This record gives sequence, structure tokens and C-alpha cells, in this order.
Amino acid sequence: MQAQSTVEALGRFAECGYARERVEDNALLRGAGRFGDDLATTAGTLQAAVLRSPHAHARLRKLDITSALAIDGVHAVLTGEDVREWAAPFAVGVRQPMQHWCLAVDKVRYVGEPVAVVVARDRYVAEDALDAVEADYELLDPVVDPEVAAQADAPVLHEGVGANVVNDRHFSYGSPDKAFAEAAHRIALKVRYPRSSCTPIECYVVIADYDVAAGTYDVTANFQGPFALHSVMARALKVGASGLRLRTPPDSGGSFGIKQGVFAYVVLMALAARKAGAPVKWVEDRLEHLQASSSATNRVTEIEAAVSAEGRISALRYDQLDDCGAYLRAPEPATFYRMHGTLTGAYDIQHLEARNRVVLTNKTPTGLNRGFGGPQVYYALERLMQRIAVALDLDPLEVIRRNLVPADAFPYRAPAGSLLDSGNYQSAIEKGAAEGGLDELKQRRDAARREGRLYGIGYCAVVEPSISNMGYITTAMTPAEREKAGPKNGAVATATVGVDPLGGVTVHVSSTPQGQGHRTVAAQVVADVLGLEFETITVNVELDTQKDPWSNASGNYSSRFAGAVAGTVHEAASRIRKRVAAIAAHQFEVDASCIRFGDGRVTVADDDRLSTSFRRMAGTAHWAPALLPEGEPGGLRETAFWSPPQLAAPDVNDHINSSLCYGFVFDYCGVEIDKVTGRVRLDRYVTLHDAGRILNPAVLDGQVRGGFAQGLGAALMEKFEYGADGSFQAGTLADYLIPTTMEVPEPVILHMETPSPFTPLGAKGAGEGNNMSTPVCIANAVADALGESDIELPLTPSRVRAMIGIDEPDAPEGLEPIKPAAGSGSALQASDSVDMPGDPATVFDAMLDPKILAKIIPGCHDLQAVGDNAYKADVTVGVGMIRARYKADVNLSELEPPHALKLSGVGRSAMGTAEGSARVRLTAIEGNRTRLDYDYEAAIGGKFAAVGARMLQGAARVIIGQIFSRLAVELGGGSNAGSWMKRIVDLFRRLFGRSKK
Amino acid sequence: MTRIAANTPCRVRLILNGKERVGQAESRMLLSDFIRHELGATGTHLGCEHGVCGACTVRVDGVASRACLMLAVQAEGRRIDTVEGLCDGDALGDLQAAFKRHHALQCGFCTAGILNSCAEFLDKTPEPSELDVRDMLSGHLCRCTGYTGIVAAVLEVAAQRRGAPPETSHV
Ligand code: FES
Ligand code: FES
Repeated sequence: MQAQSTVEALGRFAECGYARERVEDNALLRGAGRFGDDLATTAGTLQAAVLRSPHAHARLRKLDITSALAIDGVHAVLTGEDVREWAAPFAVGVRQPMQHWCLAVDKVRYVGEPVAVVVARDRYVAEDALDAVEADYELLDPVVDPEVAAQADAPVLHEGVGANVVNDRHFSYGSPDKAFAEAAHRIALKVRYPRSSCTPIECYVVIADYDVAAGTYDVTANFQGPFALHSVMARALKVGASGLRLRTPPDSGGSFGIKQGVFAYVVLMALAARKAGAPVKWVEDRLEHLQASSSATNRVTEIEAAVSAEGRISALRYDQLDDCGAYLRAPEPATFYRMHGTLTGAYDIQHLEARNRVVLTNKTPTGLNRGFGGPQVYYALERLMQRIAVALDLDPLEVIRRNLVPADAFPYRAPAGSLLDSGNYQSAIEKGAAEGGLDELKQRRDAARREGRLYGIGYCAVVEPSISNMGYITTAMTPAEREKAGPKNGAVATATVGVDPLGGVTVHVSSTPQGQGHRTVAAQVVADVLGLEFETITVNVELDTQKDPWSNASGNYSSRFAGAVAGTVHEAASRIRKRVAAIAAHQFEVDASCIRFGDGRVTVADDDRLSTSFRRMAGTAHWAPALLPEGEPGGLRETAFWSPPQLAAPDVNDHINSSLCYGFVFDYCGVEIDKVTGRVRLDRYVTLHDAGRILNPAVLDGQVRGGFAQGLGAALMEKFEYGADGSFQAGTLADYLIPTTMEVPEPVILHMETPSPFTPLGAKGAGEGNNMSTPVCIANAVADALGESDIELPLTPSRVRAMIGIDEPDAPEGLEPIKPAAGSGSALQASDSVDMPGDPATVFDAMLDPKILAKIIPGCHDLQAVGDNAYKADVTVGVGMIRARYKADVNLSELEPPHALKLSGVGRSAMGTAEGSARVRLTAIEGNRTRLDYDYEAAIGGKFAAVGARMLQGAARVIIGQIFSRLAVELGGGSNAGSWMKRIVDLFRRLFGRSKK
Repeated sequence: MTRIAANTPCRVRLILNGKERVGQAESRMLLSDFIRHELGATGTHLGCEHGVCGACTVRVDGVASRACLMLAVQAEGRRIDTVEGLCDGDALGDLQAAFKRHHALQCGFCTAGILNSCAEFLDKTPEPSELDVRDMLSGHLCRCTGYTGIVAAVLEVAAQRRGAPPETSHV
């Protein structure tokens, strides 16, 4: 159903294809956007804060909420017991006996997992009360590394499953064994793709209410879809779909897939509202977002190609291990299957074998993230292409060229089932090389290399899928399981166009955008169809599941807007046009085929005298039904639903056309590596896109630039770091680094347009290409610059320095570096010394005196002896802006009076665990003084580890140093510890500086 | 310095976008929360509440400052300018219009803070280089745009204010 010319030029240009300024910007630039946290709330709305697990893996033994409830302003605390009573676990996409509740009910499996929800007068009070909830955990061994988790003897997250690999599927298409046996070369590579997220600047927002009378929930959340998850939420709340009214705010501050994950909190806050008996609002903070919202999967891939002597690939073999975190949260394991039909990329490769294993580890559950599955697949495939070139001593671009799908083969059926709709990859590459200045870039490389500089060029060619087949996820099941479950397929899009009594046109789409300009582009499409001015068209993108048309595929994901939604808008508008044409034909007494639309008028072709304004003509349908032709019911509103027939369910041989459209991206870049700092500098980045027909070039370029910046971040900066104990170590935007203006150069953006035959407007999605292509393109350039095969992202300066064999420079004088200790979490160790008055025996005895001990432990409120040299202490510790009150066990052991002892402590708090020990040696020095030398080790988990990784070393040093300097003071002297402490305090001030005023 | 307990209610009076406003704030309340929820000026957004993302940037006595790193009580008696005050009457101001022309925003969540930094910057730096602009913007995180349009918009406004003819819109 390719739209014919949508505009009959009655003196006006086509809106589609024009870089229209965005209608969204008028409000946003005035600060008048309406984001989730800006919306008016019902009187009496309370605020929620979530108590989260400080442990990666533990049994939740007891939760005591008594003191929290006693705090003035606290209304309710939701716990696992309530959740068990009112809710059900989330449905899981694979058949395994594992439960994922919106709140931990028996075990916690990742740091940040919700354990309770406090509902209070305001957020400040709610957070106070979090500290008063007492949670008692029995710690279990965590497992963080996916390859370790997949082993038989690894700690198991879900006992019911008995293993951490929860889905294991083998696929074979064609005759891969034969192709490998016959191949001249077999070239293999193992890669690890790290965990990262596109981290929108606005975090999750949920406002929930419970109607006791009806037993239904009403929730507003900045959810982005897919609305298939509405069913998952409703089932978890044990209501029908109509029992969960889900609404989205008019504006949403970015998502990039990540706001799919708010669905778990929709359920959680709905239950919190029920518990509180009042509307509840929750605004996620950045720490919560980074550590516990959602992320892309990290993946380990072994890939191998059967290659001819000329570099032609006959077969590919993948062994992929995808780490989905602690729970297989819907729609996982979709990260695998979104790309499944496209595992052969842009290449004509006939034989394919794949093994896909989903493994669970003690990390945050994964979900949608821009590029979804693409970055992981292309990192393996396109790195392999570069390795093939090196192995066969060919130009990497030549290897790409020799394997591309032929231009005359479209629509092309890839071996795993994708039907590549349209394209001309050869001419795209020629255009990209010519217009992006590849020859000149090579000269720059050669010149740089002649001067001994490290310079490399990387390439990649990527097929960018868009408009996901809702059935692809069932490829995770065996054909027999699918048979039982019933077929799932398609991708229903919907749009409504209405004309009001004054002739105004209103459009509604259920595409829940987060900044992609859907209102602008939808208005452009309708303006063209109805021949109206762009400015006269109103587009609403809020979604209310009780009132608006929607379907399970609604939402903003898989780059479905331009191809599916805008096409459906076109369809709805065309129906209106047809009806108005019939009304006009009736009034003018001509045939409907003579009616033209343009310049805001409805006119008879070849007879300008027969012309009426669109408003007036359309208004007839409301004001004068008696004048309407037969069969025209009056009123003017059309809702179109559209689902493309090409999106079939997976067949019995596991062929799946995982997406409707397949755009093409060809990238190359030149990078230079600083030999001293290890910094990777992008000299030039060229990206060519063929996304079918372009609806608004400026909006499209915005998508390309944004995706490029995120791809660059993934390549060079971003990673969710976890300690070996599962502690999360990237809890602030100073730990999780996002590219700023200084890191993002302007890419050279090129376009070509090969319309899709399968979408109404010929457009394809283009929102994710660079998230797929840029990480591997940069990696290939770095591989070329360094002549290395083992490239791991992110290519931070320190990683690159290690690759080129530059050692860390010496620490500045007076600052001895603190070594991270082997083992768990944020562990570190160092030594120091203090001089103090008195002989060693005096000092030794003082340390055994509980009164003195209580005074010298910083932040000690209370110290009670519980045995010989064993104490229970109540201690407040602060690092930077956070502080926590620990219940600690303090011990003095290994006593060798008066020469040595060991002081150790283990503490637990709402912020997590802390452990430390110091071995102390006392030596008599001149003037009846003692030198106290100490070596200490400390390990910190939970929130401190998440937000303070950069500061922990200094903080541990300060706190442990304080113990001994205070001891010196107790013994009647000063200490020599002042100067470095001041330095560290000053450092804190700088790091967490007050606002600049 | 007077010490006030964390949850002591205080009366805070300040000048918001030229108008005197008074509200109640516990002494621990952030300026950002006060502006948004007590005074209802929700154009100022929060992206991190730890001073890194820049979304909350307002101008305090003309100086771009993180509203999430200031307490409401610290703003007593000061002039606070936010995105809501940037318009030229009902019309977009020149900086806002340039942002629109250059597609310098997508979701618009980071935009208010960026506009405030740019407003102060352009007052003080009439002839910025691209590097100056990038340097100033490096205190802000935008996840949507890749920054290109923002840099172009600021450079264009600087040129316009120096008397260069405004660039026409696309066509
Ligand atoms: S919210 Fe203030 S800097 Fe991020
Ligand atoms: S426009 Fe979305 S974060 Fe900047």
C-alpha cells in the first residue's frame, strides 16, 4: 500500500520531506512542558521512597517497620507481605520456575532491588523513614560474571530453576557444518560487550491511585511502551486490562528504551497507593535510576566465520551468552531475538548456526535500550569482519564489499528469516566513501603514521531493523512450546484523526514519544493529506488506556514511528479526506474523483469557482447532517489500525522476520590515540543512513546525532561497574560518565533514500542505527591504530594506556597510591603511621580501654562490651553527602602487648555493609613517644560503594586515620596527621562542591 | 552562623523572574524543590540532584547556579531567574528562537538549565569562539541531541547580538 502522491500541489510545497521546526519546542523552550513531576496531583497525594537492598544476594530474614511508622508524617510502609497478598509475580517470557515480584518477598538478588516502600507526607520525611526500617539479611554468595554464573558450581539465583542459565536455544540454518568443513579459512573471535544504558536525563515518575470501590488502579507514569507490558502489569495486579488505567504525561524527558522498565514501579506504586489509602507519587532519583532501573545486557560472544580465500563468507557461527541480570524481566530475552532474523547483518551469508544462552547474575534486570540487541550483535560481527581483513591481508572495506547482499536481491530473505525490504548497500558504500572523503582520510592516516603517531581507520556496515514483530520474542521458545502457547506476531499501529465542528483537525497517536518530534511529523503528514497549513493541526500524544485507541504494540520503541505510526496517521487522514471529498462531491454535484485538497480549501479540479474552505466543508458533517450524501454518518473522526502482513510468527524451523523494515547504515571513522594519555580522539566520523523515505530531515539528523553521541559514550566512556561482591559502583553521573560537548564532535551525516515497499509512506525507522554502528566502528579504528585484536569497551584512557603498554604515572609526592585489595567490592588497603605521646605500653593499654575506644572511633554513639575485647557499637559514618548509622561489631585481637594488635570492625546499615581491620605495631621512639604504624584493609558495599567509589579511598583513610589521631589526642598530644587530612577534606569540598555563587 | 534544625519551617522571600515571591521551606529543602513545588515554576528540571547534569541551572543574582546544590533558605532575598523568565513578552526570546531553529532540543528536559547558562554566558562573552561555547556547555548533559544544534544556536545568537543579520529559517 505505497501511498501515491500525497499532495496535489495547489500552490503549496509538501510538508513531508521538509525540515519543519518542531511544534513541541514552543512549550519546552518556555519551561511550559508538562513532564511527569510537573503534573497537578490530587489533593492529599503522598510521596513515596523505596528502600532498596544494599546486598547483591541475600535472604531477607526480617523486616521491622515499627520505628519507621512512628516517624511523624509517615503514613504507610508497603512490604513483601502486602505484595504477596495483593499481587502476583510478573509473567516471564520463558518457561522456568522463577518468580519476580515487584518487591523482594524472600530473597534479594541485586543491589538496589526494592525491599519496602515508605509513603509519607513528603519525600524528605519518606527518606528519613527509610533509615528507620530495619532489614535483616542473611548474606549469600553473589555471582557477577556471566561466564562464571553459567558454570555448574556457581551460586544459583533462583533455586527453583537450579541453574543460572534459564534459556538455551540452538539454531541452525542451511548447512553450516558443511560450509565450515569446506572453507579455506575459519576465523574466530571472542568479545565481551559491557553493560551500559542510555540514561535519560529525566528519571522515572509514577503517580498511582487505587479505587477501593471499584477495585481498580489508576496510574500515570512516563512509561514508553511497548503496551504489551500493560498486560503484564495488569496480571501482576490481579486485575483485567480495564482494571489498570494507565496514562502517560504529555512530555517525557528522554527514554531511549529505558523507560520501558518503569512498568515494575507502576505495579509497585499502585500497591503502595492501595496500602496508603491515598494517591502516591514517586519520583526516582539518579542513584536509584543508575543502579536499579534497567540497562542493556552485557554479552559474551564467540563468533566464527567460514571464509574463502577471497574473503567471501559462507557461514557464521555464534555462541552468545546474554546477561539479563537478576530476573528475566519482560520483554527479555528480547535483546537476543530482536536481532535474530538479522544475525547475518548486511551480508549475503547462506549458512548460520547460533547458540543463545540467557544467564542470570546478581545485577539489575535488563530491558530495552536504544539499539536493543544491535550493539551486541554488531560488535561481534563487525569486529570479526575487521579480523578477517587482517587475517587475509585485505582492505577491511573490501571484505565488507565482497559480502554485501546484492543490490538486485531485495526483498532479500536472510537465512534466519529477516526479509530485508529494500536497499542498495553497494551504492550506499560508494556514496559514503566518496562524499565522506575516505581517500583523504586514508592520506591523513598515512601522514600521521609516517610521523609515528597512532592513527587508525574503522569501518562498519549495519542493517538497522525497525518496527518489531511482536512475535519475535517467542523464538526463545521451542517450536513445540510455541505450538502450545499459540501464535504471536504482527505490530499493530493506531492513529486517530478527527475534525471538530469548527473544522479544526486533531490527531492522536499512541506512540508515547520522549522528544522525537512525533507531534511535528504527524502534523506534517496530515497537512499534506488534507491540504492544510501545518500550524492548524493539533497533535496529542498522551495515552490513556481507558479512552484512547491503543494496542499491545503501541508505544515508542523499535524505531516504529516513521514507518508504522506516521503511516497509520496517513491512513486515518486519508479516510477523512475520502469522506470530506464525498461530502464536497455531493454539494458540488461532481464526481468525488474531481475533488482536490490544498491551501486549506476543497476545490473541484479545473473549476476554481467550485471551492469551499476545508473548515466549512468538514463542518457540514457536524452542523448540517441533512446535507450529507447517503452513507455518510456525520461527525468526522477516523481511527486507523494497521498491521503489516510481512510480520508472521516464527515458523517450525525457527525462521523469524523479526522486524518489518531494515535500514542501512555505513560508518567509518579515523581516530588518533594520544600516546601519553591514551585518549582516543575522533578525527572524523562519517555516517551514511538509508532509512527509506525521509519525513523531516532535521528530526532525522537529530536522531542520528543523538544516537551517535550515545554510541560514542558506549565506545569510550560508559560502563556500569560492579564489584566482585555485586556492589554497584557507578551511582552518580560523576562515576557513570556521559559524553559532554567536549567529547562529541560533529559527525559527517549523509543520507540516501530507498523507500520501503512495506510501509504506507515508504519510511523506515532510523533512531537506533548509530547506537549499533558507532561502538564497533570506533573499536575497529582503535584495533587498526594499535594492531590489536582484543578490544574491550569502553576504551577509556586507562584501558588504552594498558593496551599500548604505558604505565600509570607516579603518584604526586606525598600521596601514596592506595591499592585496591583483591576480593570483593570496593575493597582497598593502605598503611600509615602516627606519633603519639607515651610509651608503647601506655598506648597499648589505652586501646584496650572501652572508654577511650568509644571516644576515638569517629561517629561512635555507644560502645558496649559483649566479651573479652569484643564490643557492639553504634556508629555514624559519613562519606561526602551521605551518612549511615552502622551497627558494628568491634574486636581487638592478635594481642601482643605492648607491640601489636589488630583492631577490626564489621558494620551493617541501611546503606550496606562495611568491614575494616587495621594491624597496629607500636614502636618506642625518642622522647617517651610511640610510633604507631598501621596497615589497614577496608571493604564497603551498598550505597556508599555506588556513589562514592571515587571518594572511598580517601574517606577510609580519613576515618581510620582519625581513630589513631584521636588516640594521640586522648593521650595528651597532637598528631602529625593534620596536613594530609586537610588535603583530603579540601578534595571532598571540590568534588562535592557547593554551588558556585 | 545561625544553626537551624533540618526540618524547621522557614519563610523564604525571593525575586523570581522579577516578581517577589514568598513561600514556606523546611531549612533542608533544596532550592530546586522550592522553585518547582512551592512556587510552581516547574520549568526548572532535576536530572541528578548532585550537581553534575546541569538540568536544574538557574541564575542566582545573574550567575548560573545549580538549584539542586543550594538550599531554599540560601536564596532568601536574592534574584532568581529561571527559564520561565526568558521570553520576550509572549514571544520566544532570541536565544529560545535560535534553539528552535537549530533543533537544539529533543525531549527538552535539559534545555532550561542550558538556556540559563547560555544566557549568562552571552551577557559576559559577546564574541565567543566555538571552543568557548563548548567549554561553557560542558557543564551540562544532554542525552538527546549530541549538542550540535545547541552550539550552533549559541554562536548564532552571539553573532546576531553583534549585529549580524539573523539567519532565515529552513526552506
Ligand atoms: S539536577 Fe542539579 S545538576 Fe543535575
Ligand atoms: S533534549 Fe533531551 S536531554 Fe537534552
